[in-house]
Amino acid sequence: MSDEVTSLKADLIIREIKRAGIRFIVALPDRTTSEHLLKPLFQDPDLQVVQVCKEDEGVSICSGLYSAGERALLLMQHTGLLDSINALRGIAMEGSNPVCMMVGLLNKEPGIPPTQSNRYSLRIVEPVLDAIQIEHYLIETSEETDKIAPAIEAAYEKAAPVVFLIGKEPS
Amino acid sequence: MMKRDECLKVLARHRTDEIVVAVYSAAQEWLHISPSDLNYTFVGAMGQGSSHGLGLALGRPDKRVVVLDGDGSLLMNLGSLITIAHAAPLNLLHCVCENGTYETNGSVPIPRSGQFSFSSLAMEAGYRRSYEFNDLEDWEEQIDHILKEPGPVFASLRLEPGESYPEDFRRLYDLEFREKFRQALARS
Repeated sequence: MSDEVTSLKADLIIREIKRAGIRFIVALPDRTTSEHLLKPLFQDPDLQVVQVCKEDEGVSICSGLYSAGERALLLMQHTGLLDSINALRGIAMEGSNPVCMMVGLLNKEPGIPPTQSNRYSLRIVEPVLDAIQIEHYLIETSEETDKIAPAIEAAYEKAAPVVFLIGKEPS
Repeated sequence: MMKRDECLKVLARHRTDEIVVAVYSAAQEWLHISPSDLNYTFVGAMGQGSSHGLGLALGRPDKRVVVLDGDGSLLMNLGSLITIAHAAPLNLLHCVCENGTYETNGSVPIPRSGQFSFSSLAMEAGYRRSYEFNDLEDWEEQIDHILKEPGPVFASLRLEPGESYPEDFRRLYDLEFREKFRQALARS
């Protein structure tokens, strides 16, 4: 099996983020993405990282940036996503803000779909996003990173949020 | 203690082209006192005004952003003081309209009302300057300078309700006005 199919390269994710015109990364650290995604992003001269104390702040900061004509990506863990449901309801959905989120699925079992995970907190993520009508994509391989830039473009076109679920630690 | 509408009228007299993010009672009154397409009231969830203001300030560093927060609102998002101080936008003035109650939700007192200082919390978080105002004349005397000084700056405004103004929830939240805001900001 080729490397494209089995691994998830962080540099490809970063390339897609830039291809989509993202200039701000709003972030809380997450074990899945901290080492190979967030830490390099801190060093990237093309991107400004805004650290937040709580994920719902990030939903609002991305929305303020949108009104100011800038594109942003909110990086967080799936537990933070679940904690931000009211912000996603009121700000992203009812407020029609294209909040783009990259969400690490902490402790996701390799090769097992999140809805079939042994972990309750992982099993409910996609059904919760479906219930609040937020579009989502599972990203587990380098091949799947191709979905990122077009989905961000579509989110800004529709002024609607989108979530990328990162199913394994990028290398 | 200042009457809220009188305090807002002072700010309105000194406003030039600032973006103003306002929430709840202050927002309802501000829309009458200083009507402008650059009024941003679309915060979507309680407590989020300061974070929207930070996004706007980072996205448009050439524009001054004034946040008219509530005390109950800020308690829901106290971490934003640290976030704002860490991001350190030079163009952000964060005011909290401190009336000691959740006014929109039945005027129930906020916890430890009057027993702690928001301006001290902001200073400790790392804002560049922090003020407290009880008196309209002091506020009038300082506002021009405060609007020009490098941020993030915090101002606690000790207020009580003044004259009442008609509520306009459509102007406050309708997407039509958010789009007008985006267009006006893109032009300015």
